Amino acid sequence: MSETKKKAPFFGKKEKKLITDPFDDSNPITVQVLGICSALAITVQLKPSVVMTLSVIFVMVFSSFIISVLRNLIPSRVRIIVQLVVVAFLVTVVNEFLKAYQYDVFKQLSVFVGLIITNCIVMGRLEAFALGNKPFPAIIDAFGNALGYGIILIIVSFFRELFGSGKLWGIQVVPDSFYDFGYVNNGLMILPPMALITVGILIWIQRSRNTALIEEN
Amino acid sequence: MELVNIFVKSIFVDNMIFAYFLGMCSYLAVSKTVKTAFGLGMAVIFVLLVTVPVNYLLENYVLKEGALVWLNPEYGINGSQTLDLSFLSFIMFIAVVAAIVQLVEMIVEKFLPALYGSLGIFLPLIAVNCSILGGALFMQERQYASIAEATSFALGSGVGWFLAIVAIAAIREKVRYSNVPAPLRGLGITFIITGLMGIAFMSFMGIEL
Repeated sequence: MSETKKKAPFFGKKEKKLITDPFDDSNPITVQVLGICSALAITVQLKPSVVMTLSVIFVMVFSSFIISVLRNLIPSRVRIIVQLVVVAFLVTVVNEFLKAYQYDVFKQLSVFVGLIITNCIVMGRLEAFALGNKPFPAIIDAFGNALGYGIILIIVSFFRELFGSGKLWGIQVVPDSFYDFGYVNNGLMILPPMALITVGILIWIQRSRNTALIEEN
Repeated sequence: MELVNIFVKSIFVDNMIFAYFLGMCSYLAVSKTVKTAFGLGMAVIFVLLVTVPVNYLLENYVLKEGALVWLNPEYGINGSQTLDLSFLSFIMFIAVVAAIVQLVEMIVEKFLPALYGSLGIFLPLIAVNCSILGGALFMQERQYASIAEATSFALGSGVGWFLAIVAIAAIREKVRYSNVPAPLRGLGITFIITGLMGIAFMSFMGIEL
């Protein structure tokens, strides 16, 4: 957030909309259907989701910046490959960084760090926005979308970790007295299918509030 | 026997969609009718079957620690100049995938026009399908012993993906006639159905041949 504050003078209504829209009206996961692949697999616990969110923010902001700077130099026929190489380079940086400083999270995320490369949210925003806009709005848009993505990740992992293992950030939050009364962790929440159902319910709640998003069939 | 085991395991137990959520974006976007789902599923099987063995060779003869021993014994795992290029694997894998998809598209267009008619529009989509790169990365992580095992894994994952997308497309065609709560229509119900299918697929867990 400090980055956006520094540039406050440039920060008009349009830029603000670019940041706030992805939270609700055009959320990358629940509305644009982008970036689902990794969103679901790593949301068993809160910590990997936060690390994943930060990685995606990093990759998206920098790749949007680079692609936006290069947008007039890239021939449109090879643009996909150029985008892939730029993103793959940034993801490699993230991967090596995690391997060095957060080894346990790195092990937990396993292939899903690498899969940020083909995460549709990165490619989707590069194609839809960064290729046609100046660097500054492109960065704002990337940041907003990465945050919108992260929010869903954090909400889903919050509920899955809370109900699945009674912990948050690895610390037990459900008191022992609950277990003494016969409270049992819901093992199903840890399993992959519950991620899908949790997101399904989130979509349900969001669309009940925001009826403009309801689909025809 | 090991090959069959890997094949069955990657279809049912380690299903790309239900266990790892790979390729969800196209899975959700292209599953409105069975016909298009069938086309995309076939294209995924085909591309996985080509890219995973190529990436396997790349991994074992270029990228892995000490893999360049065939160039010079000094580069081997106990040599004086051991090389470990595995930090390049993301860039190499994605470049291979993108290049092969392009190549496959051109070859199919030239020699198999009928197949191109049914697969053609899906091939460019596949370069950015997570399941293809995911296949390569899982192959790297699980360290299959031979190229045959890697190919069997690729075929199994492709078939598993194909089954999943055709099944969800068939269900979505029926769901259209039922009275789904308005906010849940479309995306929401698809997520929940996929979740339920995933729970069903979990009954395969632990199968060994």
